[in-house]
Amino acid sequence: MNSVNASLPPALQSIIEDFQLSEGREKLELLLQYAEEMPPPPEWLQAKISEREAVPECMTPVFMQADVQDNQMHFYLDVPQSSPTVRGFATLLLKGLDGLSPEEILKIPNDFYLDMGLEQVLTHQRLNGISAILAHMKLLAMKVVTASS
Amino acid sequence: MVEVYAFPEFLVDTAWVAEHAKDSHVRIVESDEDALLYEIGHIPGAVKVDWFTMLQDPVRRDFITGPEFAQMCSNLGISNDTTVVFYGDKSNWFATYALWLFDYYGHEHLRIMNGGRAKWEQENRPLVKEVPFYAKTSYTAQEPDQTIRAFRDDVMAHIRVGKPLVDVRSPKEYSGELIHMPNYPQEGATRGGHIPGAQNIPWAQATNESDSTFKSAHDLQQLYQSRGITPDTDIIAYCRIGERSSHTWFVLKYLLGYPRVKNYDGSWTEWGNLVNAPIEK
Repeated sequence: MNSVNASLPPALQSIIEDFQLSEGREKLELLLQYAEEMPPPPEWLQAKISEREAVPECMTPVFMQADVQDNQMHFYLDVPQSSPTVRGFATLLLKGLDGLSPEEILKIPNDFYLDMGLEQVLTHQRLNGISAILAHMKLLAMKVVTASS
Repeated sequence: MVEVYAFPEFLVDTAWVAEHAKDSHVRIVESDEDALLYEIGHIPGAVKVDWFTMLQDPVRRDFITGPEFAQMCSNLGISNDTTVVFYGDKSNWFATYALWLFDYYGHEHLRIMNGGRAKWEQENRPLVKEVPFYAKTSYTAQEPDQTIRAFRDDVMAHIRVGKPLVDVRSPKEYSGELIHMPNYPQEGATRGGHIPGAQNIPWAQATNESDSTFKSAHDLQQLYQSRGITPDTDIIAYCRIGERSSHTWFVLKYLLGYPRVKNYDGSWTEWGNLVNAPIEK
C-alpha cells in the first residue's frame, strides 16, 4: 500500500481497492468488465473520430476529448473493440476521474496503478498504456488550467 | 520463382478450422497481443495461450522450461500427437510466436490459421465466450531445438563471418531514430540502431493488408531474395523482444522452406543494452 493513496479521489481509490482484492486471473476479468462497460462515444465525438487524432503515445489508437462544466472535467473516449485491454484502462480512468476539477486530475500520481497489482498478469509495455492515457488526460486538464489563468 | 509454399501443411484456412475445431486430435489455440481478446470472444472450442503469463518464466528472462511446457500442454488437453492450430490478432503475430515455442520443444503437428482472428471476424464466423475444458493429457516435451533459436553469442559469431540477418522492426527503429517506443522505457534499450549488416524487412510486409493472410510464395520469395536473404545460408531474424521476428522466422522456414533460420529472441532489448556490442546506424 502506498501512503499517497490517502489523497486519491474516492472513485479511483475504490477501483484500486477492487483490483487489490482480486487475485491473478480475477484481475483480468475485472479489467474485462471495465472494457465491456465502456460507454459508446457520443455522436459529436463519432464525427470527430473520422479525423482520427489518436493519442500518439499509444500503439492502440485512442481517441479522447474533454469538456469542462462548473470546473468539473468530463472525458469522452473511443478505443477499438479489438483492444479490450486498452478499453479497460480507458474506462477505469474515465470512471475514476469523471467530474474532478482539472487541478485534482493534475495531482493524480502517474504511477497510481502500481497498487493494483496488474504487473502479475500484464507486461510493463501493456501497463504503460494506462499511464499514456492518464498523461493525455492531464494534458487536456492542463489546457483548461492554462486557458483560465 | 516458386509458386507454392514449401510446407503448405503448416497452414490451414478458416473453413478448415470451422469444420475441425472440435475434432479430438485437433486443438485450436488463440494467442494474441491483447491479453483480453480471447475473453471477449473466441473460436468455439479454442483455448488461450498468453505469451506473457504462460510462455515466459516469471523471474528469469527466458521461456518456461520443458517440464513446465509439458504441464501447460497437459492442462490444455494437448497430447504429443495433437494437431495444434494457432491463430491470433495482428496478422498472427503472437500466434507464430507461440508456434515457434511449440516447435522449440519439439511438438510435431503445428499449423497456423491463415488470416488469423481478423479473417475469421471478416467472414462473420462465430465467436463465443465459453471457455472449454479438456481432460489432462500426459505430455512429454522434447529437448529444446537449438537450431531455431539464436543467443547473443550465436549472433556475434554470425556477424563475424558476414552471414545475413533480418531486422523485422519498423524503419525508424532500424535507423535508430526511435531508441524505444515512446513511453515504453522498461522494454527499451539504451542504444538505437541495428545489428551490423542486418537487412530491414518489416515483418508485416509478408502479409496481405486486406485479410491478414500470408502473401503468395512468389511474392515472399521476391521480397526476401531481392534483399539477399537466400536459402543457401544461415539466417537470423530479430526484432525488439523476438515476437515479430518469429513471424518472419515462420515465413522463411515453413512457407519458403529455408533450412537454417533462427529467431534471436533476445533481440534489440538485449543487443541495444549489451556493453561493447557492435551497432550500425
